[in-house]
Formats: sequence, C-alpha cells, structure tokens
Amino acid sequence: MLRLVPALIVTLLVGPILAGVAMVLLPAFGYLPALGGDTLTLAPWRELLAQPGLARSVGVSFASGLVTTVVSLAVVLLFLAGASGTRLDHWLRRLVSPLLSLPHAAAAFGLAFLIAPSGLAARWLSPGLTGWERPPDLLIVQDPWGLSLMAGLIIKEIPFLLLMSLAALPQLEAPRRVAMARSLGYRPALAWLKAVAPALYPLIRLPVYAVIAFASSVVDVAMILGPSLPPTLAVSILTWFNDPDLSRRFLASAGAVLQLGVTLAALATWWGLECGVRRLGRRWVEGGQRRCGEVPLRLAGKGALLVATLTAGLGLVGLAFYSVAGFWRFPDALPASLTLTHWTRALPTLGGPVATTLVIAASATLLALVLALAALENEQRSGRHPAEGRLASALTLLYLPLIVPQIAFLFGLVVLLETLGLRARLALVILGHLLFVLPYVFLSLAEAYRRFDPRWDQLTLTLGRSRNATFWRVRLPILLAPMLTAAAVGLAVSIGQYLPTQLLGAGRITTVTTEAVSLAAGANRRVIGVWALVQASLPLLGFVIALGVPRLLWAKRRDLQGAP
Amino acid sequence: MNDRHTLTLDAIRIALDGKTLIAIDSEVGPGEVLTVMGPSGSGKSTLLAYLAGFLSPAFQARGRVRLDGRDITDRPAEQRDIGLLFQDPLLFPHLSVAGNLRFGLPRRTPDKAARIDQALAEVGLADYGERDPATLSGGQKARVALMRLLLSAPCAVLLDEPFSRLDTQLRQEMRQLVFSRLRDAGLPSLLVTHDREDADAAGGRVIELKD
Repeated sequence: MLRLVPALIVTLLVGPILAGVAMVLLPAFGYLPALGGDTLTLAPWRELLAQPGLARSVGVSFASGLVTTVVSLAVVLLFLAGASGTRLDHWLRRLVSPLLSLPHAAAAFGLAFLIAPSGLAARWLSPGLTGWERPPDLLIVQDPWGLSLMAGLIIKEIPFLLLMSLAALPQLEAPRRVAMARSLGYRPALAWLKAVAPALYPLIRLPVYAVIAFASSVVDVAMILGPSLPPTLAVSILTWFNDPDLSRRFLASAGAVLQLGVTLAALATWWGLECGVRRLGRRWVEGGQRRCGEVPLRLAGKGALLVATLTAGLGLVGLAFYSVAGFWRFPDALPASLTLTHWTRALPTLGGPVATTLVIAASATLLALVLALAALENEQRSGRHPAEGRLASALTLLYLPLIVPQIAFLFGLVVLLETLGLRARLALVILGHLLFVLPYVFLSLAEAYRRFDPRWDQLTLTLGRSRNATFWRVRLPILLAPMLTAAAVGLAVSIGQYLPTQLLGAGRITTVTTEAVSLAAGANRRVIGVWALVQASLPLLGFVIALGVPRLLWAKRRDLQGAP
Repeated sequence: MNDRHTLTLDAIRIALDGKTLIAIDSEVGPGEVLTVMGPSGSGKSTLLAYLAGFLSPAFQARGRVRLDGRDITDRPAEQRDIGLLFQDPLLFPHLSVAGNLRFGLPRRTPDKAARIDQALAEVGLADYGERDPATLSGGQKARVALMRLLLSAPCAVLLDEPFSRLDTQLRQEMRQLVFSRLRDAGLPSLLVTHDREDADAAGGRVIELKD
C-alpha cells in the first residue's frame, strides 16, 4: 500500500495538469466537438490577436512576473544580509508566518484601501501635506502600468521567499561562512552577500520560479489591483471563458496557451538573467571589495522589509476601519462615527461561505496530510534518501502545480470534466485545492520528518514494537507540532484559493474568497472590509490551533514545548 | 528474566563495496559481555546495526546470527528479541517516566503497574513514575533507559558506547549497574566502545579491531 503512495501523488499532481493543458491546446486550434469545433484551424488565434490591447495585457503580465520577483528576492536577500539579531530583526521574522497566511485577496484589498486616492494614506496626509480637500482624480489603484498590482504581489511574495530562505539556511552553516569572510576583513552584510547568498540561491531556485509563474498569471490580485482597460492576460482569459457566448471558449483557450507562453518567456528571461548575474556576480565576489556600500545595503534591506510589513499591516487596519465606518468625509483621518451595521448586515450571509470554506480547506488539508505522511513514511521504510535520483525528481514534480499557471490548465480541466459529465462540484473543488495544498504541506512537513532522529525508530523496534507502532505511537506524537504547522499552512493555502473554487465549482460554490473577490467590482468599501477581514482571519485560526494544541497537550512535557 | 540465553555470531563478515570492514566469529554465553573495541570508523557500529537488523542495504553481509540456536539473521528488527542501549538515554519525550517503562513491557505482561513500580524502586527512582523525563538528571535518565530495556525482556543486549556521554563519576556507577544487571538477568551482551575502561569494567573477552 505505502509503496504506491509516491506514484499516487505524482498521478494526482501531474495527471490533472497534463489533462488540463491538453484540453486547452486542442480548442486553441479549433478542436472541441462539444461546441462544434471539428477541424483544426488558426481562427481562435486570429481572433485573439485581434483583441484590442492584447499587447499591453501581455506586457503587464510579463513585467509583473519579473518585476515582482526581482524586487521580492532583492529585499529578502538584503534583509538576510543585514539582519544582525537585533530586536527589529526578530520581530520581522516572527511576522513572516502570519503574513504568509494572509490570503492574497485580503492583502490586495488592504493595499487598495491604503493607497487609493480616497484611501487611508491620502486621508492621513491631507490636507496638511497634499493640500487635497477632495480625493484627487488619480488612477493609483488599477493603474495602467500594473504598478499597484506588482506592489500587492511583492507584499505577499516577500514573506514566501523569506520563509523558504530561512528553511534552507541551516544547511549552509551561514554563521561560519560569515565569520570566515569577516576574518578576511569583509563587513558583515557584504560577507553574507558574497559568502552565503551565492550558495543560498540554488536552494531557493524553485520557489523563485514559482513566484515568477504566479505573478505573471495571477487572477484574484489582478482583479483587485491590476489594470482594467485592458486587464492582465489572465483576467482577460477568465472573462472570455465566462462569456455567455460559448464560442468565445476557443478564444479563451488560445489565450491560455498564450499565457503559458508568457509565463515560460518570463521564466526563460529570468534564466537568462541568472546567467548574466552569475557572471557579473562572480567578478563582484572575487573583486575583493570589502567595505564599499555596507551601510546602504544593510539599511536598504531592513527598510524595504519594514515598509512591506507595515504596508500589509496598515492595509489590514484600513480594512478594519472601513468595516466599522459610519459617515467618513474626506479628508478626515478617522470616521466621524463607528457602526456595526455592516457586520450585522453581512452576518446572515457570512455563515454559508465560511462553512463551505472551512469544509473545503479541512478536507483538502486532511487529504494532503495523509498523503504527505504516507509518502514520507514510505521514504523512511524503503531507506531511500531524498537526494538519490528518483525522489529528487519527484520532489521537482511537487512544484509543478506551482509553476504551471493555474489559468492555463484549470479551465481545460473544467472542459474535460464537463465532457465527462462529472458534476460532483464540491469534491472537484476539494481535489482542485489538493493540487496546491499538497505541495505546501509536503514541503513544510518533509524537513521535520527527515530530520527526525532515526534512533527513535531503532529504539522502538528493539523494544519489540512493530513498524506501525513506531509510526503511530512515537513519530506522530513527537512530530505533532510540525504536523499541525504543516496543516495550518495547508489550510491557509486552501482558504486563499480563488480560481480553482470559481472554475471547478462552476461559480456555484461560494467561499469567503470568491465572495470577497467578486465584491471587488462593486466597490462598496465597507462591505469589502467585512469580507476581506473575515477572509484574513480564517487562516489565523489554523495557526492559533497549531501553536496552541501542542502547548496544551504537552503542557507537562518540557522537551516538546519548544518543538519546531 | 532469569532464562539463560546464548548469542552466536557465526562467521560474520560485513563488506562495503567489496572491502571487508569487519569479520567476527564468536559466541557470547549467558551473562557474558563480549567487548568489541576499536577507533571510530572501524566498523563497530556497522556490526551493531547488522545484529540489530538495521544494516543499510549498501553493505554486503555474510554469516549467521543465532540466538539460543534459532537463526535470526533474516528476521526484522522487532522480532529478534535483541535489545539496544544507546549513547543517549532516548526517553520518549511525550511519555511520562512510567509511560516509557510501560512502552517497553511486552503487551501481555500481567500486573504492569506493579512491575513498573518495582523496577523504578530498584534503581532508586520510586515515585518518579509520573514525572516528565525532561526533568530528570542525566544519571536518572540513564537508569530509566536501562530499566526500560530490561523490562522489554530481550534475549540478548547490544550496548553502543552507552557510557560515553556521562561524566566520570556517573560513568563508574552506571558501568557497575549495567553490567551487574545484565549478568543477573543472564543476558548475553555485546559492547562496542573505544574506551579501555569500559572493557575492563565489562570483565569479559575483548576483540580489538584495527583501522
């Protein structure tokens, strides 16, 4: 049984993606018998190329993929280089997990409320600094260049890359490398950048690629912060797909193939950049420059991370203000009156979506946890090391759902399911979420599982207990804390999903995320504030449980208190 | 616990990539301690892993292991009736002291609680049953680990440098306790160590390995 798990996981992850991409490729060239497309033709492409503003859509998608990644990665590396164990550093590191669990849509709404012409920032600076008595007529949110979109993505991708880096760093013995370089006269931040960063990058390369893919094809954030005339390519595709005129699905399919190409182009460009930076970087590392730029580098990293964190935090504060605001005249810094009516009015409609969200998240997470544990336990029993050939490639496959753009395969999958007549929508949504939950659960659990001292297993066996007893009675209890953390990550990932719920649920399954994103067009800030806050607080629930349960359960077991 | 057992190492030879790491042919009688001495990297731990049933498939092993005449070479670790004492006490952090001992007891043992109380009293730890193992001193932990091993009623015992992490004073005490206990229980034991004093305290035959 256990031996089949890796194959099962690969099938679960790769199968739907391949099927989805195939079912996008065929209609893109006119073949979709259900809609009367029996011959291969280039008509969908001609229609696609005739769409107004296509070049701009593609340009914004491509640029946001690269710019988001460059900025996020630079901030993370500079912060790690400049971090020197001060209280601010610890505090910022602590904020990483909650920030990571913040759904993209909630973060995007928070940013929108902060930087909009009539948003929190403008109110707090007006009229004193700006002289504005009325909201200025500026297109800040949804600007045509996609800058606010990139800013919204950067806020969320920084915590992701930071956490991935922090997880990879222990392998590198960074303090020793830095100490070595410092003994050669390098200042601390330069020592880190020259002696640690080049070794760290290969370890976080896949997460970096995932950021590129995500940022170049994201839908929910782009619907909230991205340009609207024309929207990004991914949003256009979704619009075409949802068009009541079903023949537009050929157009949508061609668009999805184009999206795949845009993301691949962004990845290829990044790869080219990597080569260039490697060459220039080597010259810089070997150049022997020891002091130049130390202080600016250090301040830049800290400052940028601080700004990103504060922006996310203030965004949430903005959401909270709007959700209880009564009359709020511009440019008053605070609402003239507070009211709970937005909450009481939303409350009756909140229950259903919250319940649906939790059912989907809990089911997908539970499935992911079982699969991840089974795969890891199989790895232990077969004695195969993760670094040895086959499993290394299986691990790469785990990233596949994170690197292939959702929009490029999900609706191919929907077309396929429609053709097969499968209508178990809730189950399909759960399986769809599993695609994205499983990689994160596996990755966050694998580290603790593989590091587990093998002598515990040996001890249990020599005490005459079976392999299964070892798993249930020793491994699981001792690894409870990392397991719950992995589950919390899984819940957060599932709660934040927009596109899989929307597409696989055929628009009939409403979660807090689909509801919040659909409000984006309506622009009633007070209602959005309520929904976005609910969306932001649900994942925190998981982390509270993950931190609280081990403390309660192991209240009298000191060695399990500080467990990772 | 007073059954008498014999551990036979019948022409055992373990190799890695065709190069012999260790070859041993010996018999350990009831209550006897056979010491295998050698520097690190001499294959001592490989021998223990082989006897306990944890040898990595990368190694090639020949010969047979017999316990009271039964061939246990191909049995899985949990069915060998061979107990193992590690460098560290390795008390399960999620169980109480008594819970750790109970974990070692075979499932059908009658009157488990009394056995556990008695075992704790024998090593001067009466009333420690409900304690969190993390609150015990190093010596107390080592004693609990020893009693857990004995309660699991093994037919032979492997000792993997069990005293190397203790300070000098404690090391003397533990050596005496461990060896007298194993002798009383009539268990054949195999000790691997790089410490001459361990070998002297064990008082049995010594096999020295070269690099």
